[in-house]
Amino acid sequence: MSEVLLAINGLAAGYGASEVLRDIDLEVGAGEIVAVLGSNGAGKSTLNRTISGVLRATRGSIRFAGHAIEREKPAKIVARGLIHVPEARCVFPNLTIEENLDLGSYRRGRAHRERNRARVFAIFPRLAERRAQRAGTLSGGEQQMLAIGRGLMAEPQLLILDEPSLGLSPRLVEELFALIQRINAAGVALLLVEQNVVQCLEVARRAYVLEGGTFVLHGNAADIRADPNLKRAYLGL
Amino acid sequence: MLSPIILVPAVLNGLLTGAVYGLVALGLTLIYGVLHIINFAHGALLTAAMFAAFFAHRLLGLDPYLAALGLTPLFFALGYGLQRFVIGPAAHGEDRNILLVTLALAVVIENALLYVFGADTRTLNLAYAFDVVDVGVAFLALPRVIGFGVVLAVALVLWLILALTDTGKAIRAVAKEKLGAELSGIDVAHVYAVTFGLGTACLAIAACLLIPTYYVNPHIGNAFVLVAFTIVVLGGMGSVTGALIGGLFVGVVESLCGLYLGESLGQIGIFIMFILVLLLRPSGLFGERA
Ligand SMILES: Nc1ncnc2c1ncn2[C@@H]1O[C@H](COP(=O)(O)OP(=O)(O)OP(=O)(O)O)[C@@H](O)[C@H]1O
Ligand SMILES: [Mg+2]
Repeated sequence: MSEVLLAINGLAAGYGASEVLRDIDLEVGAGEIVAVLGSNGAGKSTLNRTISGVLRATRGSIRFAGHAIEREKPAKIVARGLIHVPEARCVFPNLTIEENLDLGSYRRGRAHRERNRARVFAIFPRLAERRAQRAGTLSGGEQQMLAIGRGLMAEPQLLILDEPSLGLSPRLVEELFALIQRINAAGVALLLVEQNVVQCLEVARRAYVLEGGTFVLHGNAADIRADPNLKRAYLGL
Repeated sequence: MLSPIILVPAVLNGLLTGAVYGLVALGLTLIYGVLHIINFAHGALLTAAMFAAFFAHRLLGLDPYLAALGLTPLFFALGYGLQRFVIGPAAHGEDRNILLVTLALAVVIENALLYVFGADTRTLNLAYAFDVVDVGVAFLALPRVIGFGVVLAVALVLWLILALTDTGKAIRAVAKEKLGAELSGIDVAHVYAVTFGLGTACLAIAACLLIPTYYVNPHIGNAFVLVAFTIVVLGGMGSVTGALIGGLFVGVVESLCGLYLGESLGQIGIFIMFILVLLLRPSGLFGERA
């Protein structure tokens, strides 16, 4: 594997007294696509929240690009180039598309902002057409594009996408996976949480399977894809 | 009774008073809209600002309008520091705690003022306090006309900050989508503190506009904040334009009730209206429907 970008060791996290995640070890290499699969309630979103700093790890370490980040504030982690596009999208409903995107580049200079915005509009022409529209009036799919676009505005080294295909039509899901590969081709590593297991295993290089808050399987995506026993046992396919 | 000769000056005077009410409400509604808490220290901070304006003149000979230039940034810094280093850390992210912390802060500030300055009521005697402006249909008190103009200018500046600056956009973003803001790299604790600072700075300006024609004592702020709270509910919790228009409206209601029911009953109209709004349109006249 190439240089390690994200390295998680012995991580535990949860809400109040209830521990959701334990004994989590995970690595993402620079420029790699890694999938995290698992059923509802397995703890996938909790893992994402812990990595991006909105939830505190109770044990273990998270290193990103050589820095220990498990005690850092979300804003600091974003500034390091680790961006989490959450499951709920969380676009700013009262702001226009353009303002939403600009806030994604909040910590970059004006020149960066213009360049990033041009790049995002090239990827999502539909957002460009509606740049002055309030985000709250966008369709679910458009909000998902905006959430990803806002993430790209921050010039990520690692982009975490939490169920980006949720609520998208089959055609849009196709487009989404093409987009994921395009983002990756530009050198961005991705941690991809998905329910679309089959497509996810096609774009990912490696995959982890989460069950009851801990990883029960990890390996090369191609190996998992090719092994019907593994797929049946862990992914219900 | 409805003769324009009486009615027009009453309405105009109501608008002038209402503008300053609106400014106090603006600070309250801004903090509510972003932090989602009612700042119980708002009245005490207004009192503190009025004392500051009073002694800036008494001790330093500074005209209140000039003092505003210094007190506004000072109170911005005070509000910023209170939220960042006292209210935020003491609340541990629980809205219920924030409420109690601001209440405690109000008690501390009021009692400190009472201890230092006593319960006496004080007034400044400024040369221009009783100057009037002849607008044809009425004679208006000069300090209140100035106050009206300043409030409109402040509201415009605040609106521009919120609409155009990066900080303003971040404030609006945090108001509606805190998690999305955190994940976009916005320092939410800083944005909260800036908002609290802006709300407190509004009080410093209001204090400097009030002190030429008003008196100050350790409880004075509460009277204004009660009215401001009515305005915030009337204008829609968290709505900046609502606060301004609501302020003007309440000023006129108070003035007309004073005219028809007698000076001492002027404020009764406000509270009757408050209860009517709560009964008929709880989201406020300008707020979004829940
Ligand atoms: N804010 C919260 N407070 C308390 N418990 C929570 C909270 N969020 C999630 N949980 C619990 O943590 C566990 C893992 O939830 P999480 O959202 O991480 O699952 P997930 O794998 O993302 O599921 P899904 O596929 O449905 O999105 C669940 O049992 C859930 O009930
Ligand atoms: Mg989830």
